[in-house]
Amino acid sequence: MGSLVHIEKLSFRYLESKQWTLSEIELEVKEGEIIILAGPSGCGKSTLLRCMNGLIPHMYPGDYQGSVTIDGIQVREEPMGILAQKVGLLFQNPENQIFMFSVERDIAFGPENLALPRQEIRSRVDETMRLLGIEPLAQRAPHELSDGQKQRVALAGVIAMRPKLVILDEPTSLLDPKTASELVSLIQDLNTRLGITFVVVEHRLDLLTKLATRMVVMNEGRKVLDGKPSEVLSNERVGAYGIVVPSATRLYSELAKEGVKLARVPLAPSELTEQLRRIRR
Amino acid sequence: MINFSNVDFTHQNGVVALRAINLTIDRGEIVAVVGENGAGKTTLVRHMNGLLKPSRGIVTVDGVDTRRRSTAQLSRKVGIAFQNPDHQLFSDTLENEIIFALKNFGFPEETIRQRLDWALNFFGLEQYTKDSPLILSGGEKKRLTLACILAWDPDVIILDEPTVGQDAIQKERLAEVVKMFKSVGKTVVIVSHDVEFIWPLQPRLVIMSAGRVVGDGPARDLMRDRGLLESARVTQPQLVQIHAELKASNSHPFVDTLEARKYITDMVKR
Ligand SMILES: Nc1ncnc2c1ncn2[C@@H]1O[C@H](COP(=O)(O)OP(=O)(O)OP(=O)(O)O)[C@@H](O)[C@H]1O
Ligand SMILES: Nc1ncnc2c1ncn2[C@@H]1O[C@H](COP(=O)(O)OP(=O)(O)OP(=O)(O)O)[C@@H](O)[C@H]1O
Ligand SMILES: [Mg+2]
Ligand SMILES: [Mg+2]
Repeated sequence: MGSLVHIEKLSFRYLESKQWTLSEIELEVKEGEIIILAGPSGCGKSTLLRCMNGLIPHMYPGDYQGSVTIDGIQVREEPMGILAQKVGLLFQNPENQIFMFSVERDIAFGPENLALPRQEIRSRVDETMRLLGIEPLAQRAPHELSDGQKQRVALAGVIAMRPKLVILDEPTSLLDPKTASELVSLIQDLNTRLGITFVVVEHRLDLLTKLATRMVVMNEGRKVLDGKPSEVLSNERVGAYGIVVPSATRLYSELAKEGVKLARVPLAPSELTEQLRRIRR
Repeated sequence: MINFSNVDFTHQNGVVALRAINLTIDRGEIVAVVGENGAGKTTLVRHMNGLLKPSRGIVTVDGVDTRRRSTAQLSRKVGIAFQNPDHQLFSDTLENEIIFALKNFGFPEETIRQRLDWALNFFGLEQYTKDSPLILSGGEKKRLTLACILAWDPDVIILDEPTVGQDAIQKERLAEVVKMFKSVGKTVVIVSHDVEFIWPLQPRLVIMSAGRVVGDGPARDLMRDRGLLESARVTQPQLVQIHAELKASNSHPFVDTLEARKYITDMVKR
């Protein structure tokens, strides 16, 4: 499969800041991948995402070195409008991207700007609202929603653009656990049915690790780990990078210290208990 | 300390967000409020410092009807860290953000300095003292909102989704603060979808759904009730799931991985 994101020796420093926020980042994302991006608060995750959709350097001034290529386009050279058709970004704070007077209008805003036919816009908006289970909110004013509802509306706006690459900045952080797991199923569904590639910043790893193709860990602006989620999560250094290792996964290494060796790194409670049942027999 | 008696609340747009709430929170309790998006959790806690007043029924804080007090008066006693930092932060620098309330409450200069230093250090924000809150990362902004509230040391601390954007190290520290508050007899109300964070605190659990309180009791009991949790779109913490799937004979689910590790090791080696 082709390369969708190609980042080479990327370094960035915000105008106001003393240190480099990103240092010599190298990252390759293939079409169809689902990547988890993790690391301590303030390590530069959101900054890296901004470099992928062009907010950096187009909206945030600063020192920029290296290059970011998305689907063959040099982010630095292209205007944001062109990039918006390839890359959709869900902001960490949903309020920064919902602004119309109704939920429905808000979701239609992006497709309208692409000057799509009315029919197409209508069907995209309806389908997206259905996928995200927000049809009952269609006529509500976005600012009158609860925070979790706002997060789903903001995501709908991103999905309605049908971009090749969707980058999500902590998409489940405001969602109730059931809705969060539905969102993860939705990511899987969009990935298999529409071939959308995902880069997802997450602190809550219990759900997403099962479908992610890779997990990338950053620390102090550098990429420090990159591999399969089960490999990265069982790496003894993850604790130092502030990764919240799910309990079932953490027990893999804790049990090893007691001499209980499991064959596979469990990514969910059931994967742990199944293996234990087999040992017990 | 805080009492809701038959409280209903209807938003201006006609959405009924609270229905017949009866709830008493005693001094020194640690309460976690969970429930689906839109269940009414934020609306509930905003009644606790008078930001919202009931459409029907009565909310009292220390026996006083919240309608008889201004939010400013109530805030000295009940501090809320908002779910969305942008609704709370407004100053030009982190320092000013934190001392704003301290000055308003008339703390002496000396105390203000001490509290400011403590808050910035504790939340790992000291390098930004003179910077604008606008340049902070998502998680840093969230920690600043927590720092502001904790700095003025209210009797009741309400944290609306405090773990959003926090890494494992920050969550650990937050859990420590909550335990510390508990030990000095403060009341803490945590609204959170993060069941993995709540579980080791072993709080009293209040489960909300569609504007009502549908469950209220010790987390160690309620977290085992899958049917009840599902009705409010809450899932069980992983350790509770593991405990249930192993049909472990312990009377209560594992509180932390250490307990689980010990039990499983014994089980396998038996
Ligand atoms: N506009 C800005 N100007 C100056 N510095 C900034 C700006 N935005 C972010 N920073 C700084 O850059 C660093 C990285 O921020 P970033 O938002 O990328 O972190 P993050 O990994 O997403 O953290 P979190 O998990 O808390 O959201 C932080 O130290 C932050 O203070
Ligand atoms: N400012 C407002 N105006 C009108 N309706 C509102 C407003 N804020 C919230 N609501 C509605 O009130 C209900 C309860 O919202 P609330 O914010 O209390 O939910 P919540 O349990 O905190 O949800 P979340 O987990 O998503 O934060 C929801 O139906 C919501 O749409
Ligand atoms: Mg961020
Ligand atoms: Mg809320």
